[in-house]
Amino acid sequence: MEAKWSLSRLFTTDHRAIARLYFFLSLGAVLLGMALSLVMRFHLVRPDAQVGWFAALWPVGASGGVMTPELYLSLLTLHGTIMVFFVLTLAPLSAFGNLVLPEQLGARSMAFPKLNALSFWITFASFLVLLASCAVAGGGPLSGWTAYPPLSAVGAIAGPGEGAGQTLWFVSIGLFCAGAMLTSINVISTVLDCRGPGMTLMRMPLTCWNWFATAVLSLLSFPVLLAAGMLILLDRLGGTSFFLPAGMLIGDEKMAHAGGSPLLWQHLFWFFGHPEVYIAILPGMGIVSHILATFARKPVFGYRAMVSASFAISFLGMLVWGHHMFISGLSPYSAIAFSLLTMAIGAPSAVKTFNWIATAWNGRLRLTTAMLFALGFVSIFVTGGLSGLFLGQPEIDAYFHDTYFVVAHFHLIMGIAALFGIFAATFYWFPILFGRLLNERLGKVHFYLTFIGAYATFGPMHFAGFAGNPRRYADFTTFDFLQPVLPLQKWITHAAYFLAASQLVFLWNLVWSICRGERAAGNVWESTSLEWCGPNESTAVHCGPYEFNGATEGRDYRMQNEA
Amino acid sequence: MLFGLILLLLTLAGCLLFAFPPVWFPPSITAEALAWDGQFRRTLWICGAIFVCAQLLICWTVLRGRSRRGAGAGSHGHRGLEAGWISVTALLFLSLAVAGSRGWARGSTGLAGKEVIDVYAHQFAWTFRYAGPDGIFGHTATEFINDSGGNPAGLDPADPAARDDITAANLRIPAGRDVLLRLHSRDVIHDFFVRELRTKQDIVPGMEIPLELHVDKPGTYEIACAELCGLGHSQMRSLLIVLPDAEYERWKQERWKQEPRQ
Repeated sequence: MEAKWSLSRLFTTDHRAIARLYFFLSLGAVLLGMALSLVMRFHLVRPDAQVGWFAALWPVGASGGVMTPELYLSLLTLHGTIMVFFVLTLAPLSAFGNLVLPEQLGARSMAFPKLNALSFWITFASFLVLLASCAVAGGGPLSGWTAYPPLSAVGAIAGPGEGAGQTLWFVSIGLFCAGAMLTSINVISTVLDCRGPGMTLMRMPLTCWNWFATAVLSLLSFPVLLAAGMLILLDRLGGTSFFLPAGMLIGDEKMAHAGGSPLLWQHLFWFFGHPEVYIAILPGMGIVSHILATFARKPVFGYRAMVSASFAISFLGMLVWGHHMFISGLSPYSAIAFSLLTMAIGAPSAVKTFNWIATAWNGRLRLTTAMLFALGFVSIFVTGGLSGLFLGQPEIDAYFHDTYFVVAHFHLIMGIAALFGIFAATFYWFPILFGRLLNERLGKVHFYLTFIGAYATFGPMHFAGFAGNPRRYADFTTFDFLQPVLPLQKWITHAAYFLAASQLVFLWNLVWSICRGERAAGNVWESTSLEWCGPNESTAVHCGPYEFNGATEGRDYRMQNEA
Repeated sequence: MLFGLILLLLTLAGCLLFAFPPVWFPPSITAEALAWDGQFRRTLWICGAIFVCAQLLICWTVLRGRSRRGAGAGSHGHRGLEAGWISVTALLFLSLAVAGSRGWARGSTGLAGKEVIDVYAHQFAWTFRYAGPDGIFGHTATEFINDSGGNPAGLDPADPAARDDITAANLRIPAGRDVLLRLHSRDVIHDFFVRELRTKQDIVPGMEIPLELHVDKPGTYEIACAELCGLGHSQMRSLLIVLPDAEYERWKQERWKQEPRQ
């Protein structure tokens, strides 16, 4: 009985249960990714330190307790891969999309429940293969999450971890792509085909619009990465030369490859990689719009403009991959086109920001933890977005490219902003996830510590970029010009410890609230969307999603299913 | 309330960081680098102004929204307002992009009158090659590369033009002259980065990528690899040594005499 219960629970096709599986997978992933970042930050400021448990954990990579550069780089690769794929892609779309999307649409289930379960288990397998890539002889791959060939394509000769580890890494990414494609097909079908009665497209909550845009981006970009990954696996294992030119000499070995182009990988990778940034952040934008309206007790300002801006950002986002390649050897003339398109993304992003502020403006704000994270998201989004105006200019990028300025930029805009969206969603939809409420007092403490910690870590990091500090350096000992940057790097490390320690408050809140949290009944936040209506209520929709104009007697909001 | 105050303090801290920066850029050494500094300052002022205004607006929204009870019949939007801020930001950002592209993609002016130097990057070192007294770069090929035997550039021993070529581990260039670097990699992607030039360029195997410079002031600067190239990435250091022209020519002469002839 027990076994049957757990098995049926595990291989469930219920969208809420699958959402919980994704939630816990990305929670495990984010904890691992965060732990890796702490070890890396420690190593950067104390590269010679002997740590007993390093030696125990990595007998080869840290024999004697001192971390080798190859171990550092493999941790860096694992950190990036975990955070981009298993946290920022899974939590916003797969976890919360699954949890809420069908219910907000009045669909009650995803279009293809079995496909949904399959996506999860493929993704889970992908995670296991990724972990395995670090457990094989030679250690994990050291070519970063971008895996540029030739480094990533010629095998163990290019460095430890570039053998079996790198092969498994590509297999893991291939599996992940397959899972993500299935999820996006499911989301698109659900939005287009499964909406309940009365739920016209323009009555959908902005969350649904953004999940829809995200799924479209996913469907267009993940297949490209999948194909590129297969080609590079062929280069590695099958002797082909898609990404490898003639005349290479690696170590003392002359390569037989000829005719390929390393830049081709960068085109294919960033054709996926740039939309991926929006895959991570668009759901957060939807969540923030929804939460700001709910807790400001006001309609979203400019609903149509918000929908259009999401699609403008998605469309332009497909056309700007070249801004990752300004200094790659690409024709400098194409850079100008990529630059103009990149800077143009600033306009719909600014519309979003203005409309968020206008939504909260003059509102009767209820500063719940979810609302605080939504407001924090807007602040971080502005800060992280502005550094993009530097990087979008090819000339300016030529100095900042591959420095800590870029690290600060994408950690704020892609990492912290998306994470704030995830936190806001977790606090807001916790009643739907676990039937209880997260503790608000702990939540607020967690928010303020995280908000301060995030700025304290990534704000000063821009200055390391001003000093020209290159990223992906295993230590800062060789270069004279990096010595004056070390005190700043030490500050960043300590701020990162602080930021990570703040997450213990959240973990404690999570564990405590799942077991003992206040039970949530009904429409706890006085929201308007359908996920909050009772099990026996009709889900036929009669109005738009953000009716906070006091239309209904005695209340300042009107639910979508109210006639 | 608390949120508004904390955001206010964070914004202030951000401004203070720029007033008293913990580290800053090194001095620039070319005309292009000086132009870079100008464009950076323009971008910084614009972004700084937007940053402060937007954060203060968020603070104000939160502080004000709480203090006024029962305010605000909710507006669903305002087309004029939205059209206004989309046009203003689009215009601002695009003009920034146009200003930023002026210093980019200057067409190559050819080889004439330039001191040409070949740059070879490999895991995890740099080699620089000069043409020698005959002014001709000899033939090179992968099969002749022999790092321990003193031939990291792969000079062809059978080619007379290659025999007088000079190789060195640091990059010496003459001050006040146009220099053309031709960047080569034999293994993985590397990147030629000198902070004082305010630029960097990836070095891609299978490609020869030109990089033109003109430095007037003699001095010594660090060359860093800025593209992840393997476990020795952070050790891949060399020096850019800008010498007065006469001294540079003298160095080449001496170096040529020392060079072991195959």
